[in-house]
Amino acid sequence: MNASPFYKMTQRAVVERAPLAFFVIGSWLWLFSIHSPVQAAQRPDDHPIPQVAAINQKIWQSWQDHKLTPSAVAKESEWCRRVYLDLIGRIPTIDELKIFEKDRQKDRKLNLVNTLLYNDGYTEEYARNWTTIWTNVLIGRNGGNENRSLTSRQGMQKYLRDSFARNKSYDQMVLELISAEGVNTPGMKNFNGAVNFLANKLTENATLATAQTTEIFLGMQVQCTQCHNHPFNEWKQAKFWEMNAFFRQTVALRRFKRDSRDIQFVELANQDFAGESGQAQEAELYYELRNGLLKVAYPVFVDGTAIGSSGYLRDINRRLELAQLVVSSPYMPQAIANRMWAHFLGYGFTKPVNDMGPHNTASHPELLVYLGQEFRSNSFDLKQLIQWIVLSKPYSLSSQMNRNNFQDDPELGEQPKFSHFYLRQMRAEELYESLLVATRAHKIQRSYQEQEETKNRWLRQFTIAFGTDEGDETTTFNGTIPQALMLFNGDLIERATSADEGGFLNSVATSKLTDAQKIQYLYRAGLARRPSGREIGAANQLLAARLGNTTAALQDVWWAILNSNEFILNH
Amino acid sequence: MTLPALTFGTSVKAHAADLKRRNKSAIMLWMGGGPSTIDIWDLKPGAATSGSFAPISTSGDLQICEHLPMMAQQMHHMAVIRSMSTREADHQRGRYYMHTGYVPDRNIQHPSYGSVVAHELTGTQTELEIPPFVTVGGGSVGPGFLGMAWAPFTVSSDGKVRNLDHKIDSDRLLQRMAALNLIESNFNRQNRGSAGKEHEKILQKTLTLMTSEQLNAFQVRQEPQAIQDTYGTNGFGRGCLLARRLVEAGVPFVEVDLGGWDNHANIFPTLETKLPMMDQAMSALVVDLEQRGLLQDTAIIWMGEFSRTPRINGNTGRDHWARSWSVVVGGGGMKGGVAIGETNHDGTRVETEPYTSQDVMASICQALGISLQTVFTSNNGRPMKIANGGKVIKELFS
Repeated sequence: MNASPFYKMTQRAVVERAPLAFFVIGSWLWLFSIHSPVQAAQRPDDHPIPQVAAINQKIWQSWQDHKLTPSAVAKESEWCRRVYLDLIGRIPTIDELKIFEKDRQKDRKLNLVNTLLYNDGYTEEYARNWTTIWTNVLIGRNGGNENRSLTSRQGMQKYLRDSFARNKSYDQMVLELISAEGVNTPGMKNFNGAVNFLANKLTENATLATAQTTEIFLGMQVQCTQCHNHPFNEWKQAKFWEMNAFFRQTVALRRFKRDSRDIQFVELANQDFAGESGQAQEAELYYELRNGLLKVAYPVFVDGTAIGSSGYLRDINRRLELAQLVVSSPYMPQAIANRMWAHFLGYGFTKPVNDMGPHNTASHPELLVYLGQEFRSNSFDLKQLIQWIVLSKPYSLSSQMNRNNFQDDPELGEQPKFSHFYLRQMRAEELYESLLVATRAHKIQRSYQEQEETKNRWLRQFTIAFGTDEGDETTTFNGTIPQALMLFNGDLIERATSADEGGFLNSVATSKLTDAQKIQYLYRAGLARRPSGREIGAANQLLAARLGNTTAALQDVWWAILNSNEFILNH
Repeated sequence: MTLPALTFGTSVKAHAADLKRRNKSAIMLWMGGGPSTIDIWDLKPGAATSGSFAPISTSGDLQICEHLPMMAQQMHHMAVIRSMSTREADHQRGRYYMHTGYVPDRNIQHPSYGSVVAHELTGTQTELEIPPFVTVGGGSVGPGFLGMAWAPFTVSSDGKVRNLDHKIDSDRLLQRMAALNLIESNFNRQNRGSAGKEHEKILQKTLTLMTSEQLNAFQVRQEPQAIQDTYGTNGFGRGCLLARRLVEAGVPFVEVDLGGWDNHANIFPTLETKLPMMDQAMSALVVDLEQRGLLQDTAIIWMGEFSRTPRINGNTGRDHWARSWSVVVGGGGMKGGVAIGETNHDGTRVETEPYTSQDVMASICQALGISLQTVFTSNNGRPMKIANGGKVIKELFS
């Protein structure tokens, strides 16, 4: 039957790996045989890439410390689905799945990761996925969608897409995003999409710019200290306003459309800051303590580095200074390592990822520091960081728990130990892209911009703004009823399950495959696995109910697959 | 033989209506952004912190802002708690704290008001097919450790629920569901954690909702035009009217959102246009609930995440302020027409016993007949007192 080639393949893989495994088992047996021969079986896998080996070693150590037995390694098709989702933002097609399954080489996992990272055929999808993720981080799901917004969502995305497509180093991106000057809208003179990160965050004395720059790039939360010294955070109110002082030379200039209040474009510019008492040589700002006293602040970085107090641009470009301080600080690489780890493993080393510091101990502090250092010494190359994490042991594990690791559940408030893969729901964007690809709708040629606009319109149904000046928001694509209704009856699903001629289901239905193979095809396309006997039985019942109309039965099966937990949960 | 069926249906409906009358509900009017209560409910004429507005007398034993003339006629139903004193002056933290009674905790997600009330009251409302916690035009705060089944169901203020129409006949839908349930339960047997099981529960609730006649409660546009006009033909007005319809249908908790109170600049012109709209909708809600005999069983809560600084800033705005502010409650048998607690002459300090989010929540639970001895067990096994052990504000029940 169909299951057997797969079985054979895994058998063979084990045999091929044997010499290496023998060597490693040998050395670890020596280390652990005295204490516990059982634990010796849980040796950390060695790996030819030293960073991967180091991750494996450090994570393995925490399993030892907490007496956890990691889950078995996930099925290769599960792992493949995961990698596609997390790296390029969609599930693999059947063809892609087949190519991976046919690759019998020892380093087929490395091959797949490198294909998705470096093959030209995937550059656009890689860039699109990380653009989506970073657009949401930098300007939110709703940024630029509001009327008369100072943000150009399109401009932000253009900047990010170019950066990710060229694999711009992360330090360069951070530098550009924090220090950007120029016009926010594509097609305008002096266009610089990077300005969109800050363009809408400068009102109220740039409090939002201060909070989000610190939070996103340094992984530190300072906004609570804006109003008072927060008892649980070592940050002091002074630090917030000293960081804030870096943004006081920056202005967002609006240019309106002729005879209209609609904004044509926004230009982010620097100008001399005269301070709050008009002395540009000593350009200060004041803030109010809880007891009502006023205090003065000048630009000082979180580590205490002061850059002088002049507000004249010819003396100091405060925002550029800040950008350089951020990039050279140890917090920056750790913050991105934490964020990337959370993206791939479901949880970061701290919860939330953007609140690091002594008040919030990391689950694996050594590993976090190590990844930060390695990221810096490897030229802040995001693709390298991705490769290390995706090839690591914890990322390879099944989400099926065992008797000795079910207690490793961050939902229960425990720090994550990464002894099994944590289930998580696809993001709305991932669902959208997955359906396009699974139903081959992406083959319909339209311009990139048109595609993105259609997707953006669809995504907006899930976004709810909270009505504050900070533009904070939430999503109803969160596993609740509105999401379930969309997947039951929404137009996206209607299209995906349409029987129209030339469409996906129609092409499966009219192919030369047998009915059983057609069912199997759908399960592989949606869930990257073959159907069970009972599932085939259920499909046959649907075929009978549809009076032998194969296309209609396939519609039903495909609908059931797309609505399942197994489909929507990255597992 | 349609007659018996019809009779049967009618009796079920009558029974349900009877149940609803005995059931308690709550409507929260959530003022996103943090409204300036010193300009709305606790004015300080003559103080340096006073804004542009004058106080007016009301039908209760207290004064409120001149831009709330219609609410002024209904204040005998409402109480203003003027001695609120909280510590969270950040939007996200304040929203969480005021909705849950707990400060944000990295390790626990606490359930919000609506989830708690829905969870506690739904046991008595077994015939409810629509979600027991509805938010109109806003996001609220989630169900926390109570699970996704108690999550807020978000609709827009016109009551439109997207994607309800299943476009295929019901038999086929149920056949599809059978195939789906097979995948669903197979996955859930594989010991992969709770997310899959939560998903299965939501599927069932969704199916129930899609086929429910109670969906009619969302059809706010079916109200007579005269009533729609009383509430105001704007999002918040329709939202309040929708809340009344949902409460009538037996929904235990409805949250209606009105954002835009984050007035760091030009606060007074903003309030001058905002307050009349709020005044109309809120007063219409109180009157309507009373006329339908629902006010006695429906608690109303008006609040935001915090309030705004007594001091007026350089942009003629007010910034975030949590130390001394007001929350308004009414209905559900709570005493109206009173101001509870007081602030000092310029509103910068609470002069009487300070009240917190927990105390408001405890009082609302009391009004709804929810036992304050209720203890939840969070998902990490910690006992969690309902309303975080807040104490009932005695003046509301004297």
